[in-house]
Amino acid sequence: MPSTLLEKVWNTHTVRKLPNGQTQLFVGLHLVHEVTTPQAFDMLRARGWRVRYPSRTVATVDHIVPTRDLRRPFMDVMAEDMLSALERNCRDSGIRFLDLSSGSQGIVHVIGPELGLTQPGMTIACGDSHTSTHGAFGAVAFGIGTSQVRDVLASQCLALDPLKVRRIEVSGQLAPGVYAKDIILEIIRRLGVNGGVGYAYEYAGGTIDRLSMDERMTICNMSIEGGARVGYVNPDQTTFEYLRGRRFVPAGEAFDSAVAWWKSMASDPGARYDDVVRMDAGGIRPTVTWGINPGQSVYVDEKLPRPTDIEPSARESLSEALEFMGFHGGDPIKGTKIDVAFVGSCTNARLSDLREAARVVRGKHVAPHVKALVVPGSQGVRAAAEREGLDRVFTEAGFDWRSAGCSMCLAMNQDRLEGRQVCASSSNRNFKGRQGSPTGRTLLMSPAMVAAAAVAGEVVDVREMSLGN
Amino acid sequence: MAIEKIRQISGTAVPLPGDNIDTDRIIPARYLRSVSFEGLEEHLFADDRVQADAQKPGSHPFSNPIYAGASLLLVNANFGCGSSREHAPQAIRRRGIRAIVGESFSEIFFGNSVALGLPCVSVTPEAADTLIDLVTRTPTLGLSVDLEAQKVTAGNQSFPMTLPPAARDAFLDGSWDATGLLLDRYEEVEAVATRLPYVDGRW
Repeated sequence: MPSTLLEKVWNTHTVRKLPNGQTQLFVGLHLVHEVTTPQAFDMLRARGWRVRYPSRTVATVDHIVPTRDLRRPFMDVMAEDMLSALERNCRDSGIRFLDLSSGSQGIVHVIGPELGLTQPGMTIACGDSHTSTHGAFGAVAFGIGTSQVRDVLASQCLALDPLKVRRIEVSGQLAPGVYAKDIILEIIRRLGVNGGVGYAYEYAGGTIDRLSMDERMTICNMSIEGGARVGYVNPDQTTFEYLRGRRFVPAGEAFDSAVAWWKSMASDPGARYDDVVRMDAGGIRPTVTWGINPGQSVYVDEKLPRPTDIEPSARESLSEALEFMGFHGGDPIKGTKIDVAFVGSCTNARLSDLREAARVVRGKHVAPHVKALVVPGSQGVRAAAEREGLDRVFTEAGFDWRSAGCSMCLAMNQDRLEGRQVCASSSNRNFKGRQGSPTGRTLLMSPAMVAAAAVAGEVVDVREMSLGN
Repeated sequence: MAIEKIRQISGTAVPLPGDNIDTDRIIPARYLRSVSFEGLEEHLFADDRVQADAQKPGSHPFSNPIYAGASLLLVNANFGCGSSREHAPQAIRRRGIRAIVGESFSEIFFGNSVALGLPCVSVTPEAADTLIDLVTRTPTLGLSVDLEAQKVTAGNQSFPMTLPPAARDAFLDGSWDATGLLLDRYEEVEAVATRLPYVDGRW
């Protein structure tokens, strides 16, 4: 019987059906970072358990690392404690730790794919909700909490309820200046921030097929912002070519065998879905969020919604968002003054993102009142960008060029907004307080749009800017 | 490991209206800079509380002494969305809350809460609004969440509730801490690992 990728991966990783009706699922790759794991290792020790599959567990440090001064011990004592705890836990348990001196450190969702740890047909878990990113490779990848991290460390398994699958078919040609970020913001705006609860999203259709792996990662990354814990794209030639030759990918004949297995895990034609949604990407325009959740967005040339325009039940949250942001319904988003421009995060800090942002700022300068920073997703991305001279493009334009980490996406480090600052951000969440100031304000957009806003000092339409090559 | 069976949770409640309350609001990221969960309850809704209390002292439900000692939390839709941080339900549980009643919950938050023995039970949107309204008007009102009878009682009113069967059974028979279960019959886990070509690179 034809099956979806989700069914195939689920079935091949099922250990058994538990008495309570849940499935005990084997986790093929467990990614670990410093924030959500120290307590899990403590619980493990308290119960006298050991890490069962250290060879299937890989660690890095990303959330708390400073992006400017990496000397140890860190000036931030708590950050130093967290990193030290991870070092100790990895050493004691025999877990590979891609640390700051490895040349491979970076945001966990950037390095997994970059090193070829992430592969099609796997189950991948990590104590971070943006683990859905790895679904771009046709893996079933999802975020977990600390108690579940403990479960995976102890047993390499999780107890899970089955997921439904919604296929989202995107067709049509993207217009110039429109990016994967705009596609996923469109999907979230249409289906809602909780539309995906209980579902895995399968992204498909001609538009998705033509996207690069970096772009597919941007889309899968934000599945969770639409409520879907899992999002994936079926593996295809683009996936295999990306993986070929990467550090943890099999080589030679083993690569051919791997490709054969990977292909066999893709959804079959005629597979049954619990829901199918079709979208035309041809009409999508550069998108900017104006509110306090990622579903509250408009095209850059649109006006903000008015509470009176919408159904009464949604009015309260709309008014709350407008009030927090200090915006008024009916105002254009274009022309909104910004204070900070942030290019970074697991959503948009890969090499192609940096190239697009650099294309916009080349030969221009950041507006005098704007603080602008570029934080590459990994040491690998940073090195590759420097080989192309992108660092100079950014620094000459007045951007800070930083070291890899989560940085201002969630401000668990020194990079954060102050007071009521407005940030044009290529990250994934515009929640109240997300970027470190309780009253700070975040406008999510593509890296090219962030770069354009940095130069103009306000939200502008990147399609109206003259671009170099 | 012997753990507690959870059948019924009774007490007063904290009403916290609003859809899509995310885990960054429940516990801002800066309080995650620690290697333990201890003391997190101090920072529950830290930023929301400061902002609400600046307008009117005690106006955030978690700052209002009238709700001190509550064991239930009443919410609306998609509570706990966003980050997977278990720190969010940890902070709520450590504050003394032993069950959450609302229209719907984010999946990761729900799973994290199960692992802590903190049931998140769903009622209709109308019931969620009614419960919040009842408790706002009478903060001392006694409520009860009965997982066996699958109903929420507030004073003399009663509302049907739902909880996915696996979670409900886990609370009722005290098996909500899953690790022991996952370590049973471990040879079956090893058999799965052996048949997956990527685990040991046997392509």
